[in-house]
Amino acid sequence: MARLARHSALCTGRTSSPPGRSHIVTQPDTPDELEPRVRRIISRWGHDPGALVQVLREVQEAFGYLPAPVLTLVARLLRIPYSRAKGVASFYSFLSDEPLGAYRVLFSDNITDRMAGSESLLQAMCYRLWAEPGKVSQDGLVSVARTSCTGMCDQGPALLVNGRAVPSLTSERVERICDLILARTPLDAWPAGFFVVHDNVRRADILLGHTLQPGEAIGAALQRGAAGWSEHAANERSWREAYVGAAQGPIAILEEIKRSNLRGRGGAGFTTGVKWEACRQATGLTRYVVCNADEGEPGTFKDRVLLTSHADLVFEGMTVAAYAIGASLGFLYLRGEYRYLLEPLEAILQRRRAANLLGNGICGQPGFDFDIRIHVGAGSYVCGEESALIESLEGKRGVPRNRPPYPVTNGYRQQPTIVNNVETLCAAALIAVRGGDWYRSLGTLKSSGTKILSVAGDVARPGLYEYPFGVTLRQVLEDCGAADTQAIQISGPSGICVDATEFGRRIAFEDLPTAGAFTVFDASRDMFDVAHNYAQFFAHESCGFCTPCRVGTSMLVASMDKIRAGNGTQHDVGEIDRLNKVLLMSAHCGLGHTACNPILDTLKRFRPAYERKLRSLDFTPAFDLDGALHRARKMTGRDDADAHLEAQP
Amino acid sequence: MNQRPSFLLDGAEVPFEPGQTVMQAALAAGRYIPHLCYHPEFTPHGSCKLCTARVNGRLMAACTTPAGIATEVESETEELNDLRRTLVQMLFAEGNHFCPSCEKSGNCVLQALGYDLGVMTAGFRHLFPDRPVDASHPEILLDFNRCILCELCVRAAREVDGKHVFSLAGRGLGKHLIVNAESGRLVDTDVKVTDKAVEVCPVGVILRKRVGFATPIGARRYDQSPISAQALADAPRPLERNHD
Repeated sequence: MARLARHSALCTGRTSSPPGRSHIVTQPDTPDELEPRVRRIISRWGHDPGALVQVLREVQEAFGYLPAPVLTLVARLLRIPYSRAKGVASFYSFLSDEPLGAYRVLFSDNITDRMAGSESLLQAMCYRLWAEPGKVSQDGLVSVARTSCTGMCDQGPALLVNGRAVPSLTSERVERICDLILARTPLDAWPAGFFVVHDNVRRADILLGHTLQPGEAIGAALQRGAAGWSEHAANERSWREAYVGAAQGPIAILEEIKRSNLRGRGGAGFTTGVKWEACRQATGLTRYVVCNADEGEPGTFKDRVLLTSHADLVFEGMTVAAYAIGASLGFLYLRGEYRYLLEPLEAILQRRRAANLLGNGICGQPGFDFDIRIHVGAGSYVCGEESALIESLEGKRGVPRNRPPYPVTNGYRQQPTIVNNVETLCAAALIAVRGGDWYRSLGTLKSSGTKILSVAGDVARPGLYEYPFGVTLRQVLEDCGAADTQAIQISGPSGICVDATEFGRRIAFEDLPTAGAFTVFDASRDMFDVAHNYAQFFAHESCGFCTPCRVGTSMLVASMDKIRAGNGTQHDVGEIDRLNKVLLMSAHCGLGHTACNPILDTLKRFRPAYERKLRSLDFTPAFDLDGALHRARKMTGRDDADAHLEAQP
Repeated sequence: MNQRPSFLLDGAEVPFEPGQTVMQAALAAGRYIPHLCYHPEFTPHGSCKLCTARVNGRLMAACTTPAGIATEVESETEELNDLRRTLVQMLFAEGNHFCPSCEKSGNCVLQALGYDLGVMTAGFRHLFPDRPVDASHPEILLDFNRCILCELCVRAAREVDGKHVFSLAGRGLGKHLIVNAESGRLVDTDVKVTDKAVEVCPVGVILRKRVGFATPIGARRYDQSPISAQALADAPRPLERNHD
């Protein structure tokens, strides 16, 4: 405990800190102070074991990390087994049961960060701070490590320091950050400019260019129900029959969403109206609306902008959905990387409650009770999968459930639940105002409306581009100022990689469906490195539940490492094929199924990038017999032909 | 009375009761589908994926797939057995399994599956993880080197013993078995040698001390007959009980 107290001297903070405040204060925590503070956090969460992830996240913000005695305390107060607290704490990458530096620096490790020089910046920082990547410095001051894409691809390289995002890194900025860390400057006193995140909206359409006022979409949704009612009432013989029409209020907006043919923007493209209707019709004690803002797909950052500049529209969409399905509670699952958005978002929720846009009797409609809670993730890509997300909401390890049953019938706490993407809910709010037919008139036959693309990589103007569905890749490349483009990764590592022969293809569910990532690689890039980075990503993010993904993704990385080191043979390419097949056939969830996509796609389209690295296109044994004699040759001072097993190629 | 619902497993009719999974129905009907993390006494969870089968053309874990949605199931195919062999190889590669020196040899489900499925080679470079053993308990030894993360002990403790002795921590390849004690040592938990959780380990992780070689190698369970024959003997057979 002495170690904990010493360590926490620099990294403790008030959990009630005002927006934007860092979590570094100076007074130390003695073990005596520890328990009351943990008690306070837990009582704010109502002693609910279901809030375990939130409790652990806040306790870590207060104490710097989660040592075993603290986990025991949390477990005791929540009345759960110690092993459950330990199991959850060790699942999420931002939670740590090992001491961390007083300053915890995490470099975003997406391929776009690497292309912009993140690795040399990381090395420079480690050199300057006497730190080793992935380890805490000797004096406990700092730890420097890598983390999966932090959603700043349009302004990378980026890092997180004690959970706060610092984008647009240059060697000067990194140098300055090192100075601040060495001087033990609290984050609050760092230049505010370091934390400025730009929206970079380059092309706005109906969504990014909307002019809706808070309450407008909810009002329109209620109006649709009421309009249906008066029409209905005029045609009925009695009030009692007309009342059935009034109860149809939510049905009217549901019908509108169905008519719009809106499909999920998270990538899978499930029809939103069908999902909502299934949830509405499912039997349960209560229903839930969940907004999936766990934007973990490397290369995408649209939800960051929507939550920064259009949060009202997001909450509006959730409230419309709640009205349509009859939910009284909603969750915004905010990825841990966007922790800095928590206070501004809470402030907006508070304002909406004050304006009667949340709470009881929303907009004066009796019985329309709905509120929204924010759940901050703690670093886990797989939690973007809806059933894993629900597990995480319930305070568990984020492992995807067995399906069926699906969340629409057995979701949060086994009640009917809809999980929708941030962008989907924004679109639903627009549809509530302007109608399904209007929405359907945009885009293509099977893909109505618009799609926001997160464009990054080798382009002159990275940022958000919103287009009606059906736009060609060529058009996007032209608009963002891409030159000499070799390939585009559509929808991130779990999506598809296309080469120059395919730039006439279109963004649409009928051709190239996407969750939004649009990462551009010019001719100077080695597509093997791209696939290698993505393979590492999947291995890092595998939840480890099923055998094929837990072992297979790591085996894939091992094979890619071997090829990269110049020791690969045709046999290793065959091995990759074999692993891909196993993952596709038997992985438990989409992460495992898609983990091999980047490698399959690049092998298909850029095979020479692999073959250039192989030692031999024919079979060569993995063990280099002649190489093993190298030391013996050196010791005997020989290097003639007889000292070699065979002539070197 | 209506005819009982059924599905076709590799062409043969398998009747099922409402609520049964494909695996439960198959075993009850005397049909074997290879499996590892499934155990008739605990809630199935489908993590090992050995029981992957083609259900109406789609690949699904037979142990968690409701029989009610199945009409045609394929299991005994070269493609699926090939997959199962690879999964067994993966489990061997992930941990530290040295059958000749393992006291579980002959009683080990992983080893038995390897023999039964005809796994002839290592298949993958072994990872040789560093997994210290826990010999703290006077009656029980934990050798994590052999853990295949099937969670049978986790489920047995929770569902039968009403305890939380075993649990999982970490994620991805770092996922590992832990015990419910701040010290991380088994002796500090409320485990009893008579617990179901102690008995159920399919490999040699949870071992009762001092009885390891009471039955000599050669006279052990899977030395007698292959696992495919014995798994059927273990399965509850409601059909036979209800025979009329």
